[in-house]
Amino acid sequence: MILVQVVVGGLLLGAVYALFSSGLTLIWGMMNVVNFAHGDFVMLGMYTAVVIWTALGGGPWASVPIAAILIATLGVISYFFLVRHIMKGPMLAQILGTFGLALFLRYGALYAFGANFKSLPDDLVGHSFVLGGIRFEGSRVLAAVVGLGVTLALHLILTRTSIGSRMLAVSEDATAAQLMGIRPQRMQALAWAMAGAATGIAGALIALFLPISPTSGETLAIVAFVTVSLGGFGSVTGALVAGLLIGVVESLSAFLIGPVYKDVVVYTLFVLVLWFRPQGLMGKA
Amino acid sequence: MSTRRWIQTALLALALVYPVLTMDSAVYQRMGALVLLAAIGASAWNIVGGYAGQVSVGHAVFFGIGAYASVTAFVHLDLPPIVGAPIGMVVSVGLAALIGVPTLRLSGHYFSMATIAVGELVRVLCSTSDFLGGAQGLGGPPMPRTVFDLSFLSAMPYYYIFLVVLMIILGVTWWIERSRVGFYLRAIKDSERAARSLGVSAGRYKLYAYMLSAAFTSIAGSLYLCMFGFIDPESGFGILISVKMVVMAALGGAGQLFGPLVGALILVPLEELSNSYLGGQGAGITYMVYGAIIVIVARFLPSGLLSLFGRKPVAAKAAKPDVASGHAD
Repeated sequence: MILVQVVVGGLLLGAVYALFSSGLTLIWGMMNVVNFAHGDFVMLGMYTAVVIWTALGGGPWASVPIAAILIATLGVISYFFLVRHIMKGPMLAQILGTFGLALFLRYGALYAFGANFKSLPDDLVGHSFVLGGIRFEGSRVLAAVVGLGVTLALHLILTRTSIGSRMLAVSEDATAAQLMGIRPQRMQALAWAMAGAATGIAGALIALFLPISPTSGETLAIVAFVTVSLGGFGSVTGALVAGLLIGVVESLSAFLIGPVYKDVVVYTLFVLVLWFRPQGLMGKA
Repeated sequence: MSTRRWIQTALLALALVYPVLTMDSAVYQRMGALVLLAAIGASAWNIVGGYAGQVSVGHAVFFGIGAYASVTAFVHLDLPPIVGAPIGMVVSVGLAALIGVPTLRLSGHYFSMATIAVGELVRVLCSTSDFLGGAQGLGGPPMPRTVFDLSFLSAMPYYYIFLVVLMIILGVTWWIERSRVGFYLRAIKDSERAARSLGVSAGRYKLYAYMLSAAFTSIAGSLYLCMFGFIDPESGFGILISVKMVVMAALGGAGQLFGPLVGALILVPLEELSNSYLGGQGAGITYMVYGAIIVIVARFLPSGLLSLFGRKPVAAKAAKPDVASGHAD
């Protein structure tokens, strides 16, 4: 029974990993740009939830949509001011530019909110409950359910709608897409808006159960990088599978081997997968 | 002598007398030493990241190994920390071969991500090792016993040690740059497939560059330990250490001999000065400015500051060059 509890906990965690990685994988796959500020986008989503709770007393029903809009706007601004210019340059310019953006946002948050850890009240989305002998925490269940929903929605938009086809066309061959009357910049800006919205939602939800500080984004970014490379760049379903896998592996190894070794197991698994299947689990070869 | 040579000689002379000029300011002396130390790390990274174009974001592994080899030599063997430097180099080169063989087969972002993962793996392993002091870290000699402990109050001796090491690294890099291997590396950077088709064994030269770069990075770690006398997993293996090497080299100009030094000359004083003058809550503003400067350089000079002068570096081509550029709408 304990093992089932551990696996369920892992799946819930994994759905959240998938949620905050889906934005990264979308950008990565569409534009071949790695956003080193991704973790800090999540962090700003978390602070949005804090501000809405402390200033207005609003719960996730208010903070999730507001964070989605705010971070989507931030994504579009970053795209037009920075990303569309550095895409042309060497890969190093991408690291330089997005890492600079990360520092700017991280220390902007430090200046605005201070270095102290903040947290939201535990019971903002109801107390934990027991179902079939397994304990669930309301906030984590909400995050996992919304996580699955948003990841699925992103996947459906990309594969089932005309706007999704246009976005994929731009990522395949932007010049050809342009000749077909698609405006690449508009599609790429839209991708940043979608990625930003997903990331903002993720941040506002994670804030419900993780401590919030200006450096929260750093660790989350590493998890997101691993999830995305494991799943395959650009594959939203890959991010989902990889996220769930990492969540379960992490929980199981923390339970079976010891909490300090959970990261060791995850990173080793990641390096092994890259070795044998460099394009990731669901990536195109 | 040409104008270029005159300027170079003048700058070298300035570098040699800098500690004398700043004799009455401990802050500026220390800053000079820190600039050189950062330049050593970034120049070491430049060999594989800049010249061979393999963007490692996990070089803190080798920095940390150097630092920990030095501190272990003191803590466990009671030797002067600097004795650990060659041991650290050997371990780093060995580990680089071990990491490099599987990961250097990966291209572009995949290689960068793999190096990040390896870096985090080593950091976590280090913080669980009692032998290496766990998460608390280890300290060097509290009081200098002999001059070989390289523990000085003034920053001036460090400045000259770092200057010599940096000159050696730049000398080796310069030599590689003009040798056959240098051409191979640049060919691999521009197009690995083309280089292979012309008979360059790309895998082998990438690995050589990676191993050499690891050895030099390890020295930076050992020197850091001598100067600061303390190391913990975050200051040795933290991802920020890796990213700073990349950022300094990229800011100045990756794949150029003096690029990393130029980057260090800008970023280190910016960090040090604003920390000492603003401090506390002001630290937020410091790094915001730092971040903004990096963003602006990336935006307007994607090949680094040195691309403003003289020979233009060959810009790596993005996969789809035209479209993103702005004449789409």
